[in-house]
Amino acid sequence: MRNDAVKLAGITKVFGANDVLRGVDLVLNPGEITVLMGANGAGKSTLVKILCGVHTANAGTITLGGEPFSPSSPSEAIRAGVVTVHQSINDGVIPDLDIASNLMLDHLTAPGSGFFLNKRKHRAEARKIAAAMELNVDVTQTVSELGLADRQLVAIARAMAHKPKLLILDEPTSSLSAVEAQRLFRLLDRLRDAGAAILYISHRMSDIRRIADRIVSMRDGIISGVFETAPLDYEGAVKAMLGHAMTDVDVHIPEAGAPVIRLSDISLRPGSKPFSLDLHANEVVAITGLVGSGKTDFANILFGLGQPITGSMSLHGKPYHPITQRQAINAGVFLCPKDRASNAVVQDFDISRNITIPFLDRHSAFSFLNRRSERTKAQCTITDLGIVCQSDGDEIGSLSGGNQQKVMVGRWLSEASNLLVLDEPFQGVDIKARRDIGHKIRETADTRATVVLVAEMDEALEISDRIIVMADHTIVGDHRNDNVDLARVLTQVAGQQSETTDKTEHAI
Amino acid sequence: MQSETSNDTLSDTALHVKPKLTVTEFAIRYGFIALTLGLVLFFSIFAEGFMGPYSAVFIFQSVAITGILALGVTVTLVVDGFDLSIGSVATTSLMLSSYVLVVWELSAVTAVGMCLAMGAVVGLINGLLIVKMRVPDLLATLGMMFLLVGLQRIPTQGRSIATGMTLPDGRVAEGTFSKAFLALGRHRFDFFIDNLIPVSVIILLVVGLLVWGFMELTRHGRVMYAIGSNQRAASLAGANVNRYKVLAYMISGVLASVGGILLAARLGRGDIASGNNLLLDSVAAALIGFAVLGAAKPNAFGTIIGALFIGILLQGLTMMNAPYYTQDFVKGAVLVVALVFTFALSKRGGAH
Repeated sequence: MRNDAVKLAGITKVFGANDVLRGVDLVLNPGEITVLMGANGAGKSTLVKILCGVHTANAGTITLGGEPFSPSSPSEAIRAGVVTVHQSINDGVIPDLDIASNLMLDHLTAPGSGFFLNKRKHRAEARKIAAAMELNVDVTQTVSELGLADRQLVAIARAMAHKPKLLILDEPTSSLSAVEAQRLFRLLDRLRDAGAAILYISHRMSDIRRIADRIVSMRDGIISGVFETAPLDYEGAVKAMLGHAMTDVDVHIPEAGAPVIRLSDISLRPGSKPFSLDLHANEVVAITGLVGSGKTDFANILFGLGQPITGSMSLHGKPYHPITQRQAINAGVFLCPKDRASNAVVQDFDISRNITIPFLDRHSAFSFLNRRSERTKAQCTITDLGIVCQSDGDEIGSLSGGNQQKVMVGRWLSEASNLLVLDEPFQGVDIKARRDIGHKIRETADTRATVVLVAEMDEALEISDRIIVMADHTIVGDHRNDNVDLARVLTQVAGQQSETTDKTEHAI
Repeated sequence: MQSETSNDTLSDTALHVKPKLTVTEFAIRYGFIALTLGLVLFFSIFAEGFMGPYSAVFIFQSVAITGILALGVTVTLVVDGFDLSIGSVATTSLMLSSYVLVVWELSAVTAVGMCLAMGAVVGLINGLLIVKMRVPDLLATLGMMFLLVGLQRIPTQGRSIATGMTLPDGRVAEGTFSKAFLALGRHRFDFFIDNLIPVSVIILLVVGLLVWGFMELTRHGRVMYAIGSNQRAASLAGANVNRYKVLAYMISGVLASVGGILLAARLGRGDIASGNNLLLDSVAAALIGFAVLGAAKPNAFGTIIGALFIGILLQGLTMMNAPYYTQDFVKGAVLVVALVFTFALSKRGGAH
């Protein structure tokens, strides 16, 4: 054990009646990337918040390079050398300022840094930081003009300008595309080689396989497993995190029913190759592809959010050309959108009101709402999906991320549909919630056609009967999920784009 | 393959445990109503003549017009908008009804009808500016406010309207405010005591009940609250967001014009200088309403309580001989306290 390591000993934290952390012992060595895994509620975020000064531990000690460390505020933690990049990228950058000001922000707010701003010096300093991070950007550019990945890199560069002893990244790839994630990984490799201790929190197996030197699993507020000998035991880590093995799900492919929706000669963009597709009842189809491959456009035309350039659709034999979302819903075509916080959750509403929003006409007579009917429906959904809550009157914000996602999926499972489209339904949920949601989707699929859009190949293999690959706004592969030739799928995913090798590596 | 942990918590689901009310939660929920009742008690003891049917009716009457306007603002606040033009819609309605009656010499029904239509059209234009032209709500309605303040002065060259006035073209206006129209402002209904309750108070209560019922009990109200909380989510759940927003501004415009009609009927002339305080007073009432019952969101019941609270406070202070010029200070102080109630103490504050 080295002297300059970060050591946590016997950390406990109690919130009300909940023992969130029950004695965490952990050592984080410089020059090493430690991946922290844990289901929602295992205590990961609380541990991070103690390290970065948001919460204070009830008991236990932290030492940083031999010195005791107990920050009482985030700025104190940063000054001591513990820097955190949070999941939500925009917490780390100020969109309306230029890159230089973002990189120099902590310098600007530091006491005694002078009243007037020397712009030339300011930019030169910023360029130095950017160069050290091999960040090839024009520092006078405004951050809001950057893509997500660049913003994330600016946030990390800003963090690195402190020369941290410990860098914490909380699910940094959740909003990045595969190529962008690769850039981030290369950067992390360099930081590790420069001697920083890195704590990396993620649910994504592909990220973990790529980046981890060492895996630490948490479960119920304690460290339940540490894996540090190569080759890393990923199965063991998942088992330690869940308390049972991550058995490969048996995808038992049922007999597909009659076609529900037929698409013929659809082209999504001017010039993209037209495709035809039948989706059948009792069939779960995963559509996979890179960011920008046309998955979203495809979901949009089904739900009336966009119109195909050419081609036609028919639903149960009748022409289907929705212009509005209401028309789609009335025709029994539902879309459970991705990014629940911005696209789905109504924060001011409780669970029951969140569930019934699209179907209020079914819970009202002459426009007057029937609360009892709404609550009965909500209670069914809560029981069906195993949503952990006090009652259907709980504020949606009081639920964990995984349970909020269950409510959002439950919203669209609560009424029968002809076609259900789920866009990234496993975004930001732990493996347990992912299994629950997946089971429920499968279990209810017999009367409808189901389409799941996923970027992660693991998820596609786990949930679907049939995997469709999209690239360049058209369908390039259609596979039965039964001994799939993965290499071939991945070649198709990569399409004609140049970064082929990168992606194959990431997707697995 | 349910794990143990989730099964434990599931059994709670069926029980519907009512969360226990802590002192803070109790204060947030009932604090404002307790404060209102306390105020009534205080003035009943210390202000002679405060307790009594006439005094109570006077309070209601003093807040009736502001209250009706405030209900309109509430509707726009629900869809996460804001209508700054209500005050000028009300004064335009005051001037329009006077012009119709005195200059054009038309009937009371025509005057009322034209005012309501004017309110609806202004609301429609506000709504379209906001949803179609993408002008931010505050700016669109601010522009409309200026436009109307100017417009209502043009036909009379900036003068008030009264019977016998000389028009720009040299004619003398011969029309009068008809009895039927004046009754809207001056008639009182019997309620245990003869000639007790003015028409405006009845209209406030009816409008309050309608807005409350619409927002709380119908699916349209629910969708409007959903739009206010997360517009994109509401839209992806099939709500026609633009149509509901335009509707909200139209409701606001019509209610403001109702306020203007009542003001005209009470004054009996088209007074160019009236209604200066209407906008600020009604916005204050709607915002104070956030604090009532810990709603932390715009709501019709809260708005009416908010309007009454200001009315009670001013009436009581006036009876205790507080000078008139302290009134705005008192209103401002109440608003600040109410906003602290809403944002610092309630769950809203914690979320950010």
